Amino acid sequence: MIEQSMMQQPLDDGFPRRDFLFIATGTVAAAGTALAVWPLIHSMNPAADILAVSKTEVDLGPIEVGQRITVVWRGKPIFVDHRSPERIAQARADDKAELIDPQLDSERVQKDEWLIVIGICTHLGCIPLGQRTGDSRGDYGGWFCPCHGSHYDTSGRIRKGPAPKNLVIPPYTFTKNTTIKIG
Amino acid sequence: MQKKIFLSAFLALVLGSSAVYAESEKVPSLDWSFKGVFGTFDRGALKRGFQIYSEVCSACHSLRLLSYRNLKEIGFSKNEIKAIAAEKEVQDGPNDDGEMFMRPAKPADRFVSPYPNKKAAQAANNGALPPDLSLIVKARKGGADYIHALLTGYKDEPPKGFNLLEGSNYNIYFPGNQIAMPAPLSDDAVEYADGTKPTLDQLARDISTFLAWTSSPELEARKSMGIKVILFLLVLTGMLYALMKRIWAKLH
Amino acid sequence: MSHSTKEFSNPVIRWIEYRLPIFSFIDSSVGTGYPTPRNLNYWWNFGSLAGVVLVIMILTGVMLAANYTANVGYAFESVERIMRDVNYGWLLRYLHSNGSSMFFIIVYIHMFRGLYFGSYKAPRELLWILGVFIILAMMATAFMGYVLPWGQMSFWGATVITNLFSAIPLIGESIVTWLWGGFSVANPTLNRFFAWHYLLPFILFALVFIHLWALHVHKSNNPLGIDAKGAGDMIPFHPYYTIKDTFGMGVFMIIYLSFVFFAPDFFGEPDNYIKANPMVTPPEIVPEWYFLPFYAILRAITFNIFFIPAKLIGVIAMFSSILILLFLPWLDRCKVRSARFRPLYKQFFWIFVLDTLILGYVGANPPQGLFIPIGQAATAYYFAHFLIIIPLLGVLEKTKPLPESISAAVTESGTSGKENG
Repeated sequence: MIEQSMMQQPLDDGFPRRDFLFIATGTVAAAGTALAVWPLIHSMNPAADILAVSKTEVDLGPIEVGQRITVVWRGKPIFVDHRSPERIAQARADDKAELIDPQLDSERVQKDEWLIVIGICTHLGCIPLGQRTGDSRGDYGGWFCPCHGSHYDTSGRIRKGPAPKNLVIPPYTFTKNTTIKIG
Repeated sequence: MQKKIFLSAFLALVLGSSAVYAESEKVPSLDWSFKGVFGTFDRGALKRGFQIYSEVCSACHSLRLLSYRNLKEIGFSKNEIKAIAAEKEVQDGPNDDGEMFMRPAKPADRFVSPYPNKKAAQAANNGALPPDLSLIVKARKGGADYIHALLTGYKDEPPKGFNLLEGSNYNIYFPGNQIAMPAPLSDDAVEYADGTKPTLDQLARDISTFLAWTSSPELEARKSMGIKVILFLLVLTGMLYALMKRIWAKLH
Repeated sequence: MSHSTKEFSNPVIRWIEYRLPIFSFIDSSVGTGYPTPRNLNYWWNFGSLAGVVLVIMILTGVMLAANYTANVGYAFESVERIMRDVNYGWLLRYLHSNGSSMFFIIVYIHMFRGLYFGSYKAPRELLWILGVFIILAMMATAFMGYVLPWGQMSFWGATVITNLFSAIPLIGESIVTWLWGGFSVANPTLNRFFAWHYLLPFILFALVFIHLWALHVHKSNNPLGIDAKGAGDMIPFHPYYTIKDTFGMGVFMIIYLSFVFFAPDFFGEPDNYIKANPMVTPPEIVPEWYFLPFYAILRAITFNIFFIPAKLIGVIAMFSSILILLFLPWLDRCKVRSARFRPLYKQFFWIFVLDTLILGYVGANPPQGLFIPIGQAATAYYFAHFLIIIPLLGVLEKTKPLPESISAAVTESGTSGKENG
C-alpha cells in the first residue's frame, strides 16, 4: 500500500501564495467563473415572450360613465372605474376623513374620472366585490372584500377591515385620451 | 511510425468510400455575410428577404416559431411592426358571451399561418405539405447554400430519359430531383422597396439570408460572445500554463 | 478512506474538523495529503475533465429542465422557446448538446488510456469494472436525452433502438410495449424518458464517487505501469496535479466553447430540427456519433445462426461489445501493465483504435455495398482483439525489461522517462 510518507515533498512550502502570477491567475479565473455563472442566473429572469405581454393596452372609449370593467394585466385583475362626478366628489370629500392608509384622491388618479387599481385585496390577496352590478360595494361606495370584510372607498382606499394598504395603483400612461397602456 | 500508418489507412478508407454512392448535384458554397467567426446578418438583405417571404412564400409556408415582435431585429420600428402584424387576423376569446372572435394580430402574436392546419395545407397543395420555414436552414444539409441552390436549381425540362412524375418539377439539387413546389422565384418576381435589382440570384440570396436569420436569430450575439470568451480563455490558459511551469520547477 | 496527518491552525477549521473531518478528508483525497505518481502525462487529465463535464451537464440540464415541457404537443416548441425567448437559452442548450459530445470524447480517450497503460490490471480491476458501469449509464442517459427535443431523429432513433428489445425470445414484444407504455413511441415514452434522463446523472454521480473511492485505495497507475516503491516515486496531488488539471481544463474549455459558439450544430443532425412525424421516416436514421461503432456492430450481423434470428444476434453482439470490457482484466494475463514495455501489444492497440474508427465510419453510412463486408470484418476483428489476440499476447509476448523504479526512470533521462509513442 502507498503511504503518505512515500511522497516527495516540494523543496519549499510548495504553493507560492503571495506570488504575483498566482494572485493574477486566481483573479482572472474568479472573474471568468462569475461571468460564466451570470447566464445561468439571468436565464431565470422573465423571457422575451413573457416581457412581450407584460404591457396591456385598454381602450377606455366604450366604458360609460358609472361603468366598471375588469381587465387582466400580468395575470392580475385590474379594476377600471369610469367615475361619475358624484363619486369623484365623494372621493375628494373623504380626503379629510380618518384614513387607515392616508392618501389624497388626486394622488391616486391621472384623470379624475378614471380610477385604475389592481383588484387584489391588500390583506391576503382575495379579489374584492364591486365590479358587477348587484355586487355589494361595502359601506364606502367602493369595493368590499368578502374574505375578511375589508371595505374600500370610491378612491380604492381602505376604510374598514383588516387590509393595511389602499388598493395598489399599477403603472399606466394615457397613450391617447381614451387609451391607456398598463405596465 | 505506427501512428502514421494507421492515420493514412484511415484516411484512405474515408476518402475512397465517399465514391461508394452518388447523391444529387453538389451544392455550391457561397460567401454569406453571416459566415465565419465575425459573421453578421446584412440588414438590407434581411429586410429584402422578409419582403420576399411576405409577398411570395407566406402564401403556402408558415413561420410559426417567430413572433412579429422579432422583426425588431431586422430594423423595423415599433409602429411598423404593429402595422405589419395588424394586416393579419388571429382568433381570440372566448368573450363574455362565450364566443370565439377574430381580432387584428399584435406584435406579441406568432406569425399567422396561411392554413389553419396541416391537412388544409395538404389539401390545397395536391397532398404535398409545404414545410414551415422557421428552422429550414438548420434542418437541411448544406444550410443556406442548399436553400439558395434549390431556389436557383430548377430546370424547365428534365434530362432525356428522366421520368418526371405528374405534378412534379425538376430540380438539380433536390434529393431525387423531383420536387412538388414549382419554382417560386424568377427575375423581377418582387419589386424591392430599397430599389435593388431583383435578379433570381439576388432574390435567392436575400430569402436565404432571411431564413438563416429565422433559424438562428441568436447568431450575432453568439459569435460576438464567442470571440470574447475564447480570447479570455487563451489569456487565462496561458497564465495557468505559466503557473504550472513555475510550480513544477520546484520538483527535484 | 485515509485521513491525512495534517494539523490545522485556524480555530474555525479546527472546530468543524473535530465534528466533521471534512478538511482532512479533502486534504487526503485531493490535497497535499494524497500521493500521486510523479510521472503522469497528459493522458491522465481526462478523468478530472470528465468530472468537470458531468457538473456542467447537470447545471445546464437543470436550467433547461426549468423551461422544457415533456409532452409531444410542446416538447419541440419548448426547446425552440428556450433557443429564442429564454435569456441565454441558446447558450444553455448548445452547452448541453455539445457537452454531451465532449463527455463521450473525453471518456473514450480516458478508456483508451486505460487500455494502453494497463490501468485495468490488478489491483484496479474493480475500478475498471465501475468504469464500464459508468459508460453504460452515460449511454442510457444520452440515448434518452436525445429523444427529448422530439425531432425526427429523436423519434425514429428511439423507435429503432427500443424495437431491438423485441428480438428477445418469448417476452420481447411485451418488454417493448412495457418500455413504450403503449404501442409505439409516443407521449408516455417521452414523459418517462424525461423523468429517467433527469434521474440517471445523479446515479452516475454516485458511481463516479465509488469509482474515485476505488481509485484512492491503490492510487493512480502511471505511464510506466510499475508500482511506486519508495520515497521519490510519488508527489502530493496538490499543488502539482491540481494546477495541471486546471490547465487541462483551460485547454478543454477553449476547444469545447469553440464548438458551442462557432459550430454549435457540428455534432448534430439537420433532421432533428424537423418536428417528429410518426408518419414520415427520414431517408437515413443515424444515432449520435458516439453510438456509431455500436450501431455498426448491431447491423453487421445479417445472417441467422441455426434457429437464432440475425436481429437477436445483432443485439447480443452490440451489448457484448461493451460487456466484454468487464472481462478484460482476466483476458489479459500479461504481468506487464504498460504498452511502453509491450511492443507487440502496442501495435495491436493502435490497430484496435483504427478498428473502432472504421466501425464508427461504417455506422455513419447506410448498410449498402462495400460498407457491409467492411463492417462485418471490423466487427469480427473487434471481438477477435479481446477474445483471441489479447489472451495470446498475454501468454506469448516477450516484454521489454522494466525500469527499476519510477524515480529512477524519471531522473535518469531528465525527462519523464518516456520513449516514442
